[in-house]
Amino acid sequence: MNNDNTLLQVVDLKKHFPITQGIIFMKQIGSVKAVDGVSFDVRRGETLGLVGESGCGKSTTGRTILQLHRATSGQVFFTAADNQTHELTALKGEPLRKMRRKMQMIFQDPYASLNPRMTVGDIIGEPLIIHGVARGKAVEERVQDLLKVVGLNSLFANRYPHEFSGGQRQRIGIARALALNPEFIVCDEPISALDVSIQAQVVNLLEDLQSRFNLTYLFIAHDLSMVRHISDRVAVMYLGVIVELSSRDELYNNPLHPYTKALLSAVPVPDPVVEEKRQRIILQGDVPSPVNPPSGCRFHTRCPIAQFPLCKESRPEWRDMGGGHRVACHLV
Amino acid sequence: MAALLEVQDLRTQFQTRDGLVYAVNGVSYDLAEGETLGIVGESGCGKSVSVLSLMRLIPEPPGKIASGKAVFQGKDLLKMSPDEIRHVRGAQIGMVFQDPMTSLNPVLTIGRQLTEALELHMGMNKQQARQRAAELLGMVGIPQAGDRLDDYPHQFSGGMRQRVMIAMALSCTPQLLIADEPTTALDVTIQAQIIELVKRLRDELGMAIIWITHDLGIVAGLAKRVIVMYAGFIIEEASAKDLYADPRHPYTLGLLGSLPRVDDTQHRRLVSIDGLPPDLLGLPKGCPFAPRCAFVIDRCWEENPKLELVSPGHKKACWVDTRQGRPQ
Repeated sequence: MNNDNTLLQVVDLKKHFPITQGIIFMKQIGSVKAVDGVSFDVRRGETLGLVGESGCGKSTTGRTILQLHRATSGQVFFTAADNQTHELTALKGEPLRKMRRKMQMIFQDPYASLNPRMTVGDIIGEPLIIHGVARGKAVEERVQDLLKVVGLNSLFANRYPHEFSGGQRQRIGIARALALNPEFIVCDEPISALDVSIQAQVVNLLEDLQSRFNLTYLFIAHDLSMVRHISDRVAVMYLGVIVELSSRDELYNNPLHPYTKALLSAVPVPDPVVEEKRQRIILQGDVPSPVNPPSGCRFHTRCPIAQFPLCKESRPEWRDMGGGHRVACHLV
Repeated sequence: MAALLEVQDLRTQFQTRDGLVYAVNGVSYDLAEGETLGIVGESGCGKSVSVLSLMRLIPEPPGKIASGKAVFQGKDLLKMSPDEIRHVRGAQIGMVFQDPMTSLNPVLTIGRQLTEALELHMGMNKQQARQRAAELLGMVGIPQAGDRLDDYPHQFSGGMRQRVMIAMALSCTPQLLIADEPTTALDVTIQAQIIELVKRLRDELGMAIIWITHDLGIVAGLAKRVIVMYAGFIIEEASAKDLYADPRHPYTLGLLGSLPRVDDTQHRRLVSIDGLPPDLLGLPKGCPFAPRCAFVIDRCWEENPKLELVSPGHKKACWVDTRQGRPQ
């Protein structure tokens, strides 16, 4: 499975957050099963889209891969450009810190992810200093280069984040992520806080940077149209598990899982002629709580084609339907 | 059909420390009975302020409705006394806001919040109102509606709260429903539920709808006619079919080009609109879109174009014929 092309391999990754009761003797009374056994790999140079509704665990997956949360169980393997494979979930301390250079993150909210008391130059230069890559004058020069790379004026280095608009701030966040020449970037909803006309600017920038620096992206989003646009392959998450994974066009033209079908049919198309003819699959109810997820297939409570007792009792296998199209459903 | 609402030259401004913010600058449109109108634009384009002004929900000061008329069923909403407008709000015009988490009162039961308007506007007694409230919750698809009247908002999920908001807005069977980004805070599958619900209720009750959104996709399936706003001006107005098939204003062209489509099979590069959203401090001398426009000519910097008819039912405010291609 681990061929030369694989940058990242995720094996049965779980992240459970404890729910505690009491103040002094905190007793664990349950757990939020945010990510509950996901496996996939990311190939070098590709963009893997990770979609799902809020609370399905897509951001937690991204953060757990980068070891910003430590996994409850499961493994993450990272194969760097020098062909050495590291098990991120087993690393800590200095060896882990060294790996962090190679993997970075772009955050959702450009208003919350930049320190308002630091100048843009300090924000972008900080990773360089922390990792001992550059000092003094060299940091300044690198910061100016990076500002140019993301399409900002290099004179902006002395300004503060509040002087910039949302789209410009997101560019600053991207420059910070690029500072250490990473191989892998987790983009956690990088455009959902931006206006429509600015979203296209940032997406185009991300695509340009990818081909220029040979970057690999894990692109987390809830906007299925944008994910189709930017991704090579797409994984669909529901309540802590991946229900379907496939190449982009295969997933959108031939979705197999009933949840994927419903999700795709719910996305509005900006064309009244198409909209008139479209048949919507309207799902009933809301996403259940990840504290106490449904037994068997997690989607069975809302699934339009569920068969009982099969779907309620056994968890569907993660099956390959050919051509790398994988799906977890009993009835496909 | 008779016009239900006629808005003329509406202007709303806000006094801030930095100066006067021109949020809405001479907006005019009308709405027929039972019609669905979409108002589209990015944040800060004045779409919400323009309808809040109609409902007289702009805090004064700092806000001020500088001029305009809004004739609803023969009476000008902007000239009504506070008492008169209170009888219109909720009773004849219902409103659904963007954020269902903050627009419900957390310390009152859902039932109480629903019955308040019924007792006030419809003159019902407590029992009748409660009965009707349960019917309304059932109508918007909340299971065991009668039992949930005594629940508090925190016991409902986001989608359910938005259903409650819709039930409240429709409680007095208004002739007009104003929906201000009602699905923006919701997930796509829940958004689809809410849109289906509104379409069904519209057909059942025959009310007119003004649907405000930044999402051109939602409007495509819902509205008959669409207004595109930029920097407080209407820059294009057309039937939904015309607008999507034949957009004439460079901004509308740009917006549609910057949207990826879920049914798109070609991996084309997105057309982005360069530059930044407009600053509303002070009125621009020329066209407000000129600094970002790909079609800009000298005249654009000097004079702001008026909204003019380009073909039957299709208006735009632009000096350039975008079908002739870029002027440079």
